[in-house]
Amino acid sequence: MVQFDEMMGGDGQPRISYQRLSQWLSSVDVQWLSSRREQAELLFRRIGITFAVYGSQESTERLIPFDILPRIISRNEWTRLERGLIQRVTALNLFLKDIYGDGQILKAGVVPADLIYRNPGFCSEMFGRRPPHDVYVHIAGVDIVRTDDKNFYVLEDNARTPSGVSYMLENREVMMRLFPELFSLHRVAPIEDYPNELLATLRSVSPPRATGEPVIVLMTPGQYNSAFYEHSFLADKLGIELVEGRDLFVRDDIVYMRTTEGPRRVDVIYRRIDDDFLDPLIFRADSALGVAGLMGAYNVGNVTLANAVGTGVADDKATYTYMPEIIRFYLGEEPLLLNVPTYRCREPDALAYVLEHLNELVVKEVNGSGGYGMLVGPHASKAQIEEFRLKLKANPDNFIAQPTLALSTCPISVAQGIAPRHVDLRPFVLHGANSVKVVPGGLTRVAMTEKSLVVNSSQGGGTKDTWVIDDLLTRDDINII
Amino acid sequence: MLSRTADNLYWLARYMERADFLSRAIEASRRLASLPKTYGSAESEWDSVLLSSGSSESFVASGRPLEEEHVVEYLTFAADNPGSIRNCLYLARTNARAVRTALTVEMWEAINGAFLEMQSFENRRKATSTEELTYFLEFVKRTSLSYDGGAYRTMLRNDAYWFSRLGLFVERADNTARLLDVKYHVLLPEKESVGGSLDYFQWSALLRAVSAHNAYHWVYRTSMKPWLVADLLILKPEMPRSLISCYESIVRNLDFLARSHSRQGPAQRQARKLHNHLQNLTMENVFQSGLHEFVSNFIGENNQLGLLISEQYLF
Repeated sequence: MVQFDEMMGGDGQPRISYQRLSQWLSSVDVQWLSSRREQAELLFRRIGITFAVYGSQESTERLIPFDILPRIISRNEWTRLERGLIQRVTALNLFLKDIYGDGQILKAGVVPADLIYRNPGFCSEMFGRRPPHDVYVHIAGVDIVRTDDKNFYVLEDNARTPSGVSYMLENREVMMRLFPELFSLHRVAPIEDYPNELLATLRSVSPPRATGEPVIVLMTPGQYNSAFYEHSFLADKLGIELVEGRDLFVRDDIVYMRTTEGPRRVDVIYRRIDDDFLDPLIFRADSALGVAGLMGAYNVGNVTLANAVGTGVADDKATYTYMPEIIRFYLGEEPLLLNVPTYRCREPDALAYVLEHLNELVVKEVNGSGGYGMLVGPHASKAQIEEFRLKLKANPDNFIAQPTLALSTCPISVAQGIAPRHVDLRPFVLHGANSVKVVPGGLTRVAMTEKSLVVNSSQGGGTKDTWVIDDLLTRDDINII
Repeated sequence: MLSRTADNLYWLARYMERADFLSRAIEASRRLASLPKTYGSAESEWDSVLLSSGSSESFVASGRPLEEEHVVEYLTFAADNPGSIRNCLYLARTNARAVRTALTVEMWEAINGAFLEMQSFENRRKATSTEELTYFLEFVKRTSLSYDGGAYRTMLRNDAYWFSRLGLFVERADNTARLLDVKYHVLLPEKESVGGSLDYFQWSALLRAVSAHNAYHWVYRTSMKPWLVADLLILKPEMPRSLISCYESIVRNLDFLARSHSRQGPAQRQARKLHNHLQNLTMENVFQSGLHEFVSNFIGENNQLGLLISEQYLF
């Protein structure tokens, strides 16, 4: 497999969008770059000390590794990507509206009905109900990878409570402090308006019956949640209250928060807590994190939950395989972003093929996430493969398989200079009542160890700042700058 | 604002103030306990620190002997003493983290930095020397200064600030009153005749515990007299740790809250009642009705205010 490097072309020359970075890199020495790396570490530790603290007592403060070289996407590429993202999230939303309503796509036989109705992500509570403005996926974090200079593949549609946007914003802040000169060489599209756009999105989906200025809150499971830093960061940037379940109560199907001035009505809840924990009366009765009666208020349209309840059915790996059909069905368009070719093990032919080619494929659990519960065939031992073979045969519906992709690489800064590492990208798509938007950029996740394909931060992956820059037409343009 | 946020800010301020008071009280007692035996017994001195910090009973229950080393350990690092400095800082940090968005960066850094430094003090604890203890107590005082200064200089003047200030002054009034409660016997006027140099050190230790040693001289310009020490700690509005000064601030901050919520309530009335009482009081009245009675009554009323604040705002 030929590795696609986003900086260096096949001819050994840097690609046009990376020309300025490459030139700049050759003008600075390794020592200096190292000192910047240490400085970045210090800055993050400071911010880390300020925010990202895990556990309550003697626990160590875990920082997600950060690489100081930007990952660059040209405006042209971004425009294509953006269109594809908007298309995809629009379709996801229509799909959810349909399956919780008439079920046209199921009746048409495009997606098997049992795959939806028997899906653990399908929420029967939502059946026949419509969330305010028919918006389900207010915030999506779509994971994208590249394998060549043309195509973008979607790995996952995270349509529940995607996280990571605080790192996107912090990475940019740190980069601007570290490399102001690099920013003046490029025209980097700003992302700092994300909180503003998010707030506008949340305001737009306020329940129609709520009068006056909508009261918006961010609901967190609490300070022991690993993403608590992001919750408090966003609440602070948005200027909205950061509430826990115990700060809210429901009376006569209206949600209130407890304030020093007495109960205050709440219209929109940006919840960063899973469906299961939202309302102990409807879902898990042992949930101390939720609010009793919340679903009642939701069902009569007195409060908006973002994202809506029951979106998990749309970002599950089995539904994923139908995304191209889903896009064609609702929009009548060809998908702009590709799906990774996927074998649905629930289909006998596919299963037979997968069982025969286990050592070449990546096998994933339909509902797994975070890089857990998967088999990476080419890197697995014989014993691991045999173990997975048994699991697969026992419950084929629970698995899908994909060929290993030759993920693109980007340069990262290492002790000896620079070296290529595999990357992916998570842009954040905002779906409001009247518009679907993407802030130009996203969170680039990078596998910090050589050859590794695992970019998940829970397994040692790092992050990079992601730059969308204006296109240069030819290499001569660079000399003008 | 969210009631939970207000509650956290209120308690955060109380824990920080308590840690500061504890470190000053320990310092003052160390001075006193290191004097020759004829100046008084070191045991009773350590006992009175325990009493004024409200941890005397739990100390005895913990089975530790009443010796400097153990008392100091109990008040500073002991994890099993809910009121130790360590636990005050930890609880302050827990409260701060929960209301991260209500704090300014400066406040958070002061408190989180203190938490990390506290951990490194704890790790070095086996080597606790008197020198190390001095560093530690200095560190605690510095922490409360930078936290408090951060709050004063950077916070928006709104509910968050007022609740935070309320916590500080309610706690401070409680601390000063407890100190008086434990030491009232050395402040009684008849002591003067017996007095002399022995009590001088008691009085000056008392003043040191509320960082008022120099203030006394600036206010009275006379040698140390016990009733003047009591006057300074109870009735002098210019003395920032006096009961009356604390109440002046409590009334002011409660009024800000009442104005922004357009409602005066039981908490405002209770605070104003206490403040008026202090304003109309003279030291003669206090001594006539009994210093001890006055102080225990005050502690009760101050606790009552704490409860009223909770009921009114932090439901």
